[in-house]
Amino acid sequence: MSMQTFAQKALAKSAGLQNVSIGSTVDARPDRILSHDNTAAISTIFNQFGLENVLQPEKLVVTLDHAAPPPTPIHARNHAEVRKFVTRNNIEHFFEIGRGICHQVISEEALILPGQLIIGADSHTTHFGWLGAFGAGVGRTEIAALWATGELWMRVPNSISVKLTGQLNSGVTTKDLCLHLIGQVSSDGGLYASIEFSGESISQLSIDSRTVIPNMMAELGAKNAYLPPDKQVFEWLANKLKHRLSVEAISKLAIYPDKGATYLEVIEIDLEKLEPQVAAPHQVDNVQPISVVAGKQVDQVFIGTCTNGRLEDIAIAAEILKGQKLATGTRMIIIPASSQILHSAVDLGYISILLDAGATLGTPGCGPCMGNHLGVPAAGETCLSTGNRNFRGRMGEPDAEIYLASPAVAAATALTGAITDPRSLEVS
Amino acid sequence: MKFSGQIWKYGDDINTDVIFPGKYTYTLRDPKEMGKHALEDLDPEFASNVQNGDIIFAGKNFGNGSSREQAVVCLKEAGVSAVVAISFARIWYRNAINNGLPAIICPEAVIAAVHGKHATVNIEGRVINIQDKTYSFPPFSETATEILKYGSLIIYIQKKLADIGNSKLAS
Ligand code: SF4
Repeated sequence: MSMQTFAQKALAKSAGLQNVSIGSTVDARPDRILSHDNTAAISTIFNQFGLENVLQPEKLVVTLDHAAPPPTPIHARNHAEVRKFVTRNNIEHFFEIGRGICHQVISEEALILPGQLIIGADSHTTHFGWLGAFGAGVGRTEIAALWATGELWMRVPNSISVKLTGQLNSGVTTKDLCLHLIGQVSSDGGLYASIEFSGESISQLSIDSRTVIPNMMAELGAKNAYLPPDKQVFEWLANKLKHRLSVEAISKLAIYPDKGATYLEVIEIDLEKLEPQVAAPHQVDNVQPISVVAGKQVDQVFIGTCTNGRLEDIAIAAEILKGQKLATGTRMIIIPASSQILHSAVDLGYISILLDAGATLGTPGCGPCMGNHLGVPAAGETCLSTGNRNFRGRMGEPDAEIYLASPAVAAATALTGAITDPRSLEVS
Repeated sequence: MKFSGQIWKYGDDINTDVIFPGKYTYTLRDPKEMGKHALEDLDPEFASNVQNGDIIFAGKNFGNGSSREQAVVCLKEAGVSAVVAISFARIWYRNAINNGLPAIICPEAVIAAVHGKHATVNIEGRVINIQDKTYSFPPFSETATEILKYGSLIIYIQKKLADIGNSKLAS
C-alpha cells in the first residue's frame, strides 16, 4: 500500500474503505452536517424529497448566527422557520441567536473530533482542520440531499504540503501567515486541494491562533485544510467535553499523514521572516506588506468573524488600546465569535478597556462580515476588518473599501485612524 | 443538450459576492427575484439585458468565495444556459452541476470568446462553436453527467430515494 495523505486517510475512513487513491470518488458519510441561518432555505429544498423527517437528526448542527438577532422582519421570519424545522425534527444540537458563529460554537461544544468528517453549508467549513478533522463546504441542495441520504460523493483531492518553521515575531500573527501564503500562491493556488500543514512550529501556537489557519484556507480555493493535532488540542477538547471522553480516547481518533505521502506541491514558510500583511480591496490575494498600505485613512475598524473574533484577538486589541482613545473620526466594532468568548472577555476586563477606548460591542455572531447588519460601511468609506473576505460589496456596500488584517493591525489602526504597523507602537 | 446565445465575457476570480451580494441571501427567496440581481456588483447592465440562452465566458477561478447557491440560481434564472471558464471554484462548480447549469472548462474557447458575439455549446458532442471555429472540452465525471441528465440533484435524489423505496417493497 502506498503512503497516504491526511485527505486519503480521512475520506477512506468516512467511506468505510481501507484506502483510496487520489482522484477517485467515494461516497462519504459525514459525522456532522452543519447549517445556519440557511437552514430554512435548505428545509424548503428538503421538502421536495417528500420525506417526513431528516434521516439522522443527531448528526445535524444548526446555529443562528449570520443575521442574529434578526435585523428585519424578513430575517426574523427566516429564523422562525429554522426554529420550526428544528423542533419538528428533534434537532438536539441547535444554538440560538447570541451563542456565536457556527465554526466557533461547534468547536467549543466539541461536536467534531480529530479524524472525523464535517460537511457544512458554509464555505469556511475548512475551519475544522484546526483540530485535525476533515471539513468541507457545499451548497444548500447538497445539504438537503445529505439530510435525506446521509451520503455525499466526494473526490479524493490532491494535497499540498505547507511546512512551517521558526516562530512568529511579536506583532505578527497567524493571520499574517495566511495572508502571506494567499498572496504568494493567489486565490486559486489551492483549488480543489487539501492543504496539509506540518512542522514543529505548530505545537508552539495557541489554539486560538491555530484556528485562523484552516479557516483562511477557504480563500485559496481549498477543499479542506489540516493541522496535525497534538496534546494541546486533545486536552482542549477533553475540557470542553467535561472529560466525558478522556484525552487518550480523543488522541486515538487522530489521523496523521504518512511520511512519504504524495503531494502536488511542497511550500515552506519560515514564520520568523514574516511581517504584518494586509489584503487590499477587492481581492483576498491582493496582499501587501504593511509598509505599502500604512497611512491609509480608515473610517471603521471591525474585530470579529470566525477568522479573528476569539479571546486572544480581543486580548491583543485590549492590550494595544488600554488607557487610550480611538482616533477621532474612526469607529471600532468588536464582535466576539461566541458567548463563551464574550463572557471571558468581560471577566478578564478586556471589554471594559475597549469600551473605555470608545469601541462598540455587537452580539456574538457574524455581524457585518457579509453585509447583513451591525456595522455595514457607507459608500466611499474604508473599513479595516479582521475577517476573511474583502470582495466588492461583501459588507453590503459595493462602493466601500475593505482591507483585511490581523487584530494587532486592526487595533493599532483604530488608535491612529490610519493603517498602522503594530510594531511601530511598541517602539514609541 | 445544445445552447446558443450571446457571449458575456468577464475576467478572472469572479467571486460569489459580485455574482449575488451577501446582503440578499436571507431576504430574497424567489428565484425570479434572484435573477434580477445577477452580477449586480460586477456588471449592472447584465441582468436587464441578458437573453435566454446566453453564455458566460470567464477566466480562472469563477465563483470563488461563498457556498451560496444563489450565485448559480440567479444566473440560471436570468437566462444563462452555460458558463465556460478557464477554471471554477470548487463549491460553485458543484452547485452549478447540482442545479443543472453546465460549467465547462475550456481555456481555448475563453480566449477566443468576444463579448457580444455569438456562441453555441453542444454538451453531448463536447464542443463549443465561436465564429466558425470549434473548441472541444473534456467529459464531465460520471456523477455530474448523471445529475445533468436529470436536470438537478433534487430530481436525481428523488429517483435514488424511489429506487431504495422500491427495493424495500420488493424484498
Ligand atoms: S463570520 Fe463571516 S465568514 Fe465566518 S461564517 Fe460568518 S459570514 Fe461566514
